[in-house]
Amino acid sequence: MTAEALDSAKILEPSPVTQLRRRIFGHAGFLFGAIVIAAMLAMALLAPLLAPYDPYDQDLARRVINPIWHDDGKWAHPLGTDQLGRDYLSRVIYGVRISLLIGFATMIISGVLGTALGVVAGYFGGRVDMVITFLITTRLSMPVVLVALAVVALVGGSLTVVISVLGLLLWDRFAVVMRSATMQVRALDYVAAAQAIGCSAARIVTTEIMPNILNALIVVATLEMAHAILLEAALSFLGLGVQPPLPSWGLMVAEGKEYMFFSPWLITIPGVALFLLVLAINLLGDGIRDITAPENRN
Amino acid sequence: MSVILDVQALDVRIPLAQGMLHPVRDVSFAVERGETLCIVGESGCGKSLTSLALMDLLPRRAERRAARLIFAGEDLTRASEARMTDLRGNKMAMIFQEPMTSLNPSYSIGNQLEEALLRHRRIGRREATDRAIYLLEKVGITAAASRLTQYPHQLSGGLRQRVMIAMALMCGPDLIIADEPTTALDVTIQAQILHLLAQLQREFKMGLILITHDLGIVARVATRVAVMYAGQIVETGTVAELFARPLHPYTQGLLRCIPVPGRTKRGTHLGSIPGIVPNLIGDLVGCSFHNRCEHAYESCAATDVSQREIAPGRAYRCLLTAEQCAANAAKAAA
Amino acid sequence: MTAPVLETRDVSCTFQIGAGLFKAKRPLHAVNGVSLKLMKGDVLGLVGESGCGKSTLAKMLLGLQAPTGGDIRFDGAPIMGLDRRAIARRVQPIFQDPYSSLNPRKTVGSIISLPLRVHRVGEPDEWRDRVEAMMDLVGLARRFTDSYPNQLSGGQRQRVAIARALIMKPDVVICDEPTSALDVSVQSQILNLLQDLRQELGLTYLLISHNLAVVEHMATRVAVMYLGRIVEENDTDSLFQTPRHPYTQALLASVLTPEPGLGVPDAQLGIAFPNPIDPPAGCTFHPRCAQALAQCSRVAPMPIADGNGFTECHLYNPAKDVAA
Repeated sequence: MTAEALDSAKILEPSPVTQLRRRIFGHAGFLFGAIVIAAMLAMALLAPLLAPYDPYDQDLARRVINPIWHDDGKWAHPLGTDQLGRDYLSRVIYGVRISLLIGFATMIISGVLGTALGVVAGYFGGRVDMVITFLITTRLSMPVVLVALAVVALVGGSLTVVISVLGLLLWDRFAVVMRSATMQVRALDYVAAAQAIGCSAARIVTTEIMPNILNALIVVATLEMAHAILLEAALSFLGLGVQPPLPSWGLMVAEGKEYMFFSPWLITIPGVALFLLVLAINLLGDGIRDITAPENRN
Repeated sequence: MSVILDVQALDVRIPLAQGMLHPVRDVSFAVERGETLCIVGESGCGKSLTSLALMDLLPRRAERRAARLIFAGEDLTRASEARMTDLRGNKMAMIFQEPMTSLNPSYSIGNQLEEALLRHRRIGRREATDRAIYLLEKVGITAAASRLTQYPHQLSGGLRQRVMIAMALMCGPDLIIADEPTTALDVTIQAQILHLLAQLQREFKMGLILITHDLGIVARVATRVAVMYAGQIVETGTVAELFARPLHPYTQGLLRCIPVPGRTKRGTHLGSIPGIVPNLIGDLVGCSFHNRCEHAYESCAATDVSQREIAPGRAYRCLLTAEQCAANAAKAAA
Repeated sequence: MTAPVLETRDVSCTFQIGAGLFKAKRPLHAVNGVSLKLMKGDVLGLVGESGCGKSTLAKMLLGLQAPTGGDIRFDGAPIMGLDRRAIARRVQPIFQDPYSSLNPRKTVGSIISLPLRVHRVGEPDEWRDRVEAMMDLVGLARRFTDSYPNQLSGGQRQRVAIARALIMKPDVVICDEPTSALDVSVQSQILNLLQDLRQELGLTYLLISHNLAVVEHMATRVAVMYLGRIVEENDTDSLFQTPRHPYTQALLASVLTPEPGLGVPDAQLGIAFPNPIDPPAGCTFHPRCAQALAQCSRVAPMPIADGNGFTECHLYNPAKDVAA
């Protein structure tokens, strides 16, 4: 037969692993994001070891001490203390736990919900799609912040309430993106081939479609995680999110705003932390998309 | 007849992470007014990049070099960007494979046709509309005046390609470059479009460069043929000579690959060319076809092969003599 | 006489197309009463322009689209009683574009063995052997087993698709434009391979192609489809030598054989393209037919037997033909 014709052909491209490694180390944004997030994760996990004080320990004798870049800053409290005399560095370190917890938990709840709805709508189409599209439209017509405010006002704010409210509200983008990604992949011949082989719908979705929409999913997931972290901060700032004395960055900004003019660092420090985390997550998401996008694969 | 386009030693190089890519190498040809040059080759042979290089539409990173690139007496290697913009769509027009992506979906047919003329000529819209109607009728579109207000999505693929041809003709070009103009169309419509192109080209005495992978189209449309392989022209000649006595082993192989009703026996094996196209990255040495050539000998891999001209306009790029090539073809046919 | 391996009896497929939010849906007869027989070992070429219903017909034969009328039979037994997996064991597809027919995230070995895993054929430890045997058969070097599709050339990918289609040993293979995305030199290799496999494995092909030269080379019978109906069917020699239907004649006249000097024929079909939602009355081909009679716009023609096949055209008169 024509086997000899093909033996003279050589493999055209380097292996996927080599390609991937090459792309990862060539992408500055991805590297920056990954390093910052790795550092933040380490901070969250090792908070009791890293934090010099208990973040809840009040010492009214040492209220609003300036951080060390001020003339009267003290090494005992590198980032100073807040209006209740709590060590600010310890609170910032513990705050990353709240932000990451909210970010991950919301992303997972809304991700599972939205992906399931989107994939089902995109794969089955027809009436199923109409119903789910209607659900998405209904959800999109609800302003997230107002709904969250209303729920929190009714049942009271707490970490669990914030996570469940955001988780149940932020699935729309997952659903929209996964629906269209699924529809695109579903039209490809390899899905038809799998159907012609006799694969069940569940098998086609899990082995043929999901792996090929995974990069879109990862990108949405990172964006939504950043979104959830910012929303939590906003809700906490309004006093309707995480309740004191938990060290949430949003709450810290809210508590610090009374002292804004004389001790602006009470706001800027948690603000910068928030900014860095969200920036890193977004860069990571962009990086993952660039690295795994199919147009880069060919 | 007068030469409208003269290309000598055209090279395109694209720097890539893995090294320098040489997709077009030492390409030389000339097109006369009223003549159709078919550039034929398989995917990745550089035929489309050659046409983009002529129009100066290469990707930004690519660099173009040519010993000579003369269009209607003007040296294009020295032409400014502004001058090229003025020439494109005016004196040299292009027709692409997929008319849907080359027509703008948000403007009407009439608008796009007129725009092609108004951009290059100082005339009124009224005159432009008249010419658009005239040309739509020329390309066989009935009720042309009423078509002007239609949008691309309202037309079938064949009609869209006719509109593209009319648009290319708006400024009365000297040269049309058509890149696989019928590949996306059904066979009957393909025949109609090619028939139309040939007829218009005779009528308006234009030069036509038709880029295709289909040897059937080449045989029926071309005056002269250039066969491209791995970035080089490996054989040129008039269409009759090339099909009757192909010289280059690649041309011979290609002709054996296609089934011809009435000539190839049903159920028998077609000829094939084993192996794959070489990588065009880095320094390239030797004949680019040697790894797939059944007549190759050792020196083929080491010696650069230049075009051998055996008669005016008839050349091939192989170390074998023309007699040896012809003998090989005869042996393969037996 | 043996029953055909695959047979369609008056099969139709009608889609309801929404014309707009407030307009009633309208029927689109993608396939309209098609009867075809595939005998064992046949290669039935199916030709026709894009949008004529070729692909819908192929989908119905693969069990991916339910017919809205008529029935499809394997060895005389209706397909309706069979489940998807039973159909899958008998008929398999090969698609046009080898770039979209292989899952880019799976290795060649896993793509080819998917049918074995889905149908739980044999033991997992035999799978690798069967995949390798299949790769040998289609001319793919074994070292590609762990490669990904993007590391292969177009021809190699199409061989992977063929191996996947054949590993369950189907009776019928639906080849939907199997070579039109490939280069000329690769096309001939794939056509040769399909010929060899047919002989070695006793396969039956339905070959859908717009390239009439390929159909002429491969097919034993040819069916010509126009707007959802088979307008002419016959054995390849009869159809290519004495085409009866004006549409078949136009198709054959449009074939551009590599013979210099003949010029481009004008198919004389006009440029009007029929709207499948609103097909012309009578013979659906009459608005484009240069030889149309008065009755063509009123009465739809019935199939008229012609040797081994049939033609659906008022112009064809077998009595006259015999006399001539």
